[in-house]
Amino acid sequence: MVLNAEILIPGEPASGRCLALDAPISFWGGVDPRSGAIIDARHPQRGESVAGTVLALPGTIGSSSASAVLLELVHAGRAPAALLLDEPDAILLLGLIVAREMGWPTPPALRLPAARQAALGGRRLLISVTGEITPDQP
Amino acid sequence: MLTLSAEEREIASGARGEGTGMALRIVAETARLMGAPRLIPVASAHIDGALYHGDSGTLFAEKLVEGGARVAVRATLNVGTLTPAGCAKIRLPAHERDMAGRMMRAYEAMGCEPTWTCAPYQAGHRPAPGSDVAWGESNAVVFCNSVLGARTNRYGDFLDIACAIIGRAPDYGLHRSENRVATLLIDAGGLSPALRASDVFYPVLGAILGRAAGNAVAVIDGLRGCTSEDRLKALGASAASAGGVGLFHVAGVTPEAPDAATALGHVAPRETLVLTPDMVQDALARLSTAGPTERIDAVAIGSPHLSLAEIDEVERRLDGRRLSAPLYANTGRHVAGPLAQGGRRAALEAQGVIFVIDTCVVVGPIMPEIEGAVLMTNSGKFAHYAPGNTGYAVTYGSLAECVESAVAGRLVREPRAWS
Repeated sequence: MVLNAEILIPGEPASGRCLALDAPISFWGGVDPRSGAIIDARHPQRGESVAGTVLALPGTIGSSSASAVLLELVHAGRAPAALLLDEPDAILLLGLIVAREMGWPTPPALRLPAARQAALGGRRLLISVTGEITPDQP
Repeated sequence: MLTLSAEEREIASGARGEGTGMALRIVAETARLMGAPRLIPVASAHIDGALYHGDSGTLFAEKLVEGGARVAVRATLNVGTLTPAGCAKIRLPAHERDMAGRMMRAYEAMGCEPTWTCAPYQAGHRPAPGSDVAWGESNAVVFCNSVLGARTNRYGDFLDIACAIIGRAPDYGLHRSENRVATLLIDAGGLSPALRASDVFYPVLGAILGRAAGNAVAVIDGLRGCTSEDRLKALGASAASAGGVGLFHVAGVTPEAPDAATALGHVAPRETLVLTPDMVQDALARLSTAGPTERIDAVAIGSPHLSLAEIDEVERRLDGRRLSAPLYANTGRHVAGPLAQGGRRAALEAQGVIFVIDTCVVVGPIMPEIEGAVLMTNSGKFAHYAPGNTGYAVTYGSLAECVESAVAGRLVREPRAWS
């Protein structure tokens, strides 16, 4: 099974275990910019880390500093390996746009409907430069 | 599909300096992502990106400075992390203090005005009605759109300064007339005139608006003759922290709403909310997290930053009495300057008021860490952010209750009918 996703922010080929969030998250106040741990007390996946995962986001809550947190994660080497978003979020993705301008390794971001994200949770995914998502066979 | 002009393509390639090129590429990439067809000129910017969240933001600002970037339009600065003109002490480790200071200096080096306030609209920065601007800081965005009638989206960190450098912004969202029409009608006319004409009602109304509207545009009816600029400021700040509100209208009050029908574009609202005393009670209860306690460890006012008129009222109510609990008065240098004249600031400090200038108590470690501490505030925005950012539980009340509680060192309530 190979899924084709629209590329929002291009990047190098990426791979990682898929962390499919059960609820929308605000990066500012929701993710620790130093470690990548989910710190939002009300989030069902509190305590898990986004670092190195293919992070599937069913929705984002728009703090205007979400971009700063994502840029800080990239700089600290604690960013997700790739992002899968239900729809483009200008504020969050600015973190990746700026990371690329800074010349830092930038994880790709792809658009994948929330309904198709959940089934990928826990599986190891390969993501190509053309937006193909290939799960390891279970 | 985004189309850039020949001039914009040239700027993006670095023809006018690498800093300006980087700024244009950031704006253009955002425009592409959001489906904007073009970039439009902006008349001014308000920059929220100079608050320190980590070293990467400092490195970004310094890279722009090294690339020769300067702002092309008037750009005021939102609160910073340090308080160069204030006296409150900030507990920040040496590395963070250094990087936060470097960040503030980098933004000043690009030509941004060192206003360091979240209420730029009361510090002389008031864009003309109908003009396009690029503003950050949620309360400033909502005030700019709603009360001034200028047009801005909610500009996040990095995009605000990038727009200021190139003097352009992506043409989408609240820059376009069709997206400024209200779809939600909130009717406040059934509440008592006394409540509608009290300061303490507006943050509560903002919390209702934020939760009901989310990102949608609402028009509130039934407030004609009840509002003041500081009440609309409090309403917007509370709404923008409880939800994603970027614009609201008040029928008969705000510039795009001579009446509710006009704000609704002469179309029936998609949803109507008729406010009842129960709804007000419910929203009021949610603003406090401390529960039934008389404990007050500190009082914080000024989110958004206090106007001179608000400080006049504190001074009047305090009437020379000394405080038992610290009262943190958060404001900008545009107010601190005039206040220093005639010794008014020194007199208030002698009574126990702690001025927090250029920053505020929820964005940095200023208030002491105390187990089980309770903060009293009259700000809907402080009520929203203080528990998570400072560890203080919150008790919400009027400015009069805040002053009396700070004098008494415990919660003092005044009689009020919330209906």
